[in-house]
Amino acid sequence: MTLDWPTLLPLIFAGLMGLAILVYVILDGFDLGIGILFAAAEDAEQDTMIAAIGPFWDANETWLVLAVGLLLVAFPLAHGTILTALYIPVFLLLVGLILRGVAFDFRAKVPAGRKHRWNRIFFLGSVIASLAQGYMLGIYVLGLDVGLGGMAFGALVALCLAAAYAAMGAAWVIYKTEGELQKKAVLWLRRALVLTALGMVAVSLATPLASPRIFDKWFVWPAMLYLSPLPILSAVLFAWLWRQTFHLPKTDDRHALTPFLTLAAIFTLGFAGLAWSFYPFVVPDRLTIWQAASAPESLAIILAGTVVVLPIIIFYSFYAYRVFGGKATDLTYD
Amino acid sequence: MDPLILSRIQFGANISFHILFPAITIALGWVLLFFKLRYNATGDSAWMRAYFTWVKVFALSFAMGVVSGVTMSFQFGTNWPGYMETVGNIAGPLLAYEILTAFFLEAAFLGIMLFGFRRVSNRIHTLATVLVAGGTTLSAFWIIALNSWMQTPVGFEMRNGVAYATDWLAIVFNPSMPYRLVHMLLASGLTVSFLIAGLSALRYLNGDRSESMWKALRTGVFTAAILIPIQIFAGDQHGLNTLEHQPQKIAAMEANWNTGPNVPLVLFALPDEAARENKFEVTIPDGASLILRHSASGVVPGLNDYAGNHPPVFPVFWAFRIMVGTGVLMLVVSWSAAFFLKRRHSLPKPLALVMVPMALSGWLATLAGWYTTEIGRQPWLVTGVLRTVDAVGPVAGSQVALSLAVYLILYALLLTAYLGVLVYLALKAAKDGDTSPLPGVLDAPLSQPAAK
Repeated sequence: MTLDWPTLLPLIFAGLMGLAILVYVILDGFDLGIGILFAAAEDAEQDTMIAAIGPFWDANETWLVLAVGLLLVAFPLAHGTILTALYIPVFLLLVGLILRGVAFDFRAKVPAGRKHRWNRIFFLGSVIASLAQGYMLGIYVLGLDVGLGGMAFGALVALCLAAAYAAMGAAWVIYKTEGELQKKAVLWLRRALVLTALGMVAVSLATPLASPRIFDKWFVWPAMLYLSPLPILSAVLFAWLWRQTFHLPKTDDRHALTPFLTLAAIFTLGFAGLAWSFYPFVVPDRLTIWQAASAPESLAIILAGTVVVLPIIIFYSFYAYRVFGGKATDLTYD
Repeated sequence: MDPLILSRIQFGANISFHILFPAITIALGWVLLFFKLRYNATGDSAWMRAYFTWVKVFALSFAMGVVSGVTMSFQFGTNWPGYMETVGNIAGPLLAYEILTAFFLEAAFLGIMLFGFRRVSNRIHTLATVLVAGGTTLSAFWIIALNSWMQTPVGFEMRNGVAYATDWLAIVFNPSMPYRLVHMLLASGLTVSFLIAGLSALRYLNGDRSESMWKALRTGVFTAAILIPIQIFAGDQHGLNTLEHQPQKIAAMEANWNTGPNVPLVLFALPDEAARENKFEVTIPDGASLILRHSASGVVPGLNDYAGNHPPVFPVFWAFRIMVGTGVLMLVVSWSAAFFLKRRHSLPKPLALVMVPMALSGWLATLAGWYTTEIGRQPWLVTGVLRTVDAVGPVAGSQVALSLAVYLILYALLLTAYLGVLVYLALKAAKDGDTSPLPGVLDAPLSQPAAK
């Protein structure tokens, strides 16, 4: 592999896109998860939970736009192939995102009697969006062309990703609230963890079994040795987090953010595994990142902007999170 | 059914639904900044009250814009894969810059603007308002650059059927871009001023005479009265630009079949494309020549010069007339309201009654204008480069039909809910008047100490 720009640029953009997807899954993961947990929460708790995500969800969802945008602008051939193959799940994802995105605002502005309706829509939209994302992940790891068995597998991954988001949501509630709601969230986290672990195992096993190419990437010596920290570390983190759920919340609210960070680490490890499996393909076994990439001169001009703007984005995103740091209080405009 | 026509209806429905909300947020951000700066300068809490009333509308419109915008970023791939395959090298960077420079900026500071008034200093809150307003405008800049490039593409070369950029400055500032951008920004300004004026008139009719109502009403009416003549001039300039670069669109807008001098202005007609003539024509002699060429003997292009290669005449002709008609109505209403507010310091009830439905006049004109220019670009997706029919994806018609049906139902419901909330917020503000507490506004007579 020669290291010239036409080789490097698609690689850099694959990395950026991966980063955008990962940040999206972690950030929108917790606010989608809170939407899923709405079903288990009381009215007053729902307001607190919304207050815990209200100032952030817009920016969180923008990472999805960036991820899809990068797929669109850097790998236009892949964007077309993947999204036409996943037409119906993408459509459901969008309906879900539309419903929950507007329910956020409507529930706070409609006459009091109508609030319940929008709470239900918020829950429903969050569930649909999470399930659709999981289903798409399942179908993608099997190589997009699937039969009935593949659809069933997609359904399983859908369920598990929704659970994983619920776990993220619960971890975020633990961080942002106190008292009864926080204790409740610890229980939610414990239950959701089981399904999350199941989902990760299912995807980890299915990916190499569905593709001999991926199997060979993992199960050859010495790659196995270098890669072994991924599953082992994930398992250790899971086990540790599971134990933690019996000790939270701690006195003085120590370690309130730890469950969230642990889950984010687990997501990152799982994501790294997927990235290793699929590299260098952007459409599994069909299009490599170089085959699907835009012209180098176009990528270069996007990269120039990204290098300048992305650090600024990260900086002010942290700032926004800091402004609304600490326990969630009532969200008011005035 | 045919996936092409279904995909076109679906994208048309999505983008029509989407544009309603940026049309509000682009200018409303600046109006909110105006309220904020007036408050900073005068310390009058009524300005902040107006801010808090309208920031809710902003939040709701912004959310509607975000979710419908996300939908579109996916639909490029799901329905129009040929688009990015052909012109992705040019559309890609423009879209990427919109996401990077605009979307994140507005999304990150929106939280502070909406909920941060009591968490950050007044100065930071004002800055957040500036950044959100700037972000929405920057977003308009990039997407208008791309849309204009599709209308009047320059600065590229074709290799093996794929467009490659050769001159980015020429691409961004392509021939129709400055005109379209100004026209759209003014359209947003008018949409918002009529919305504010209309909902304030609704409050007025409900007996609200509070200071915040008057401030919002005056802001809306005077902004509209100032912007509308500028918009009429900008629209005319935009039309002349189109005449130069897309004459077939002008021919369709004027329903003029034969190229020649002394072309009349068609006020009313039912263009018949099969017979290639207008039915039930009402015309002003030499009108089109005078408007487009500033001389009665000026030559105006005709559709017959572009047979098989011009847009459908009927929708373009009528969309254009709806836009212009709405514009004239806006001029009459805003100037009369401005007259009464300025000279008589009052608002006659019948005029207030007219202003309420005119709250949505900006939407009507904006949609009609976009229909004119977008249908007017057909049969091309990118003029001279890519035909719409060649960009459509391989998805089955039944799947597109299903998604289209659900989108339409969803949009109808959301639009109803949105308008319901606007009216509800206006009536609630009318009932509260200037009495609701503003705990965060410290130096105002009616405020209470900041809550802990």
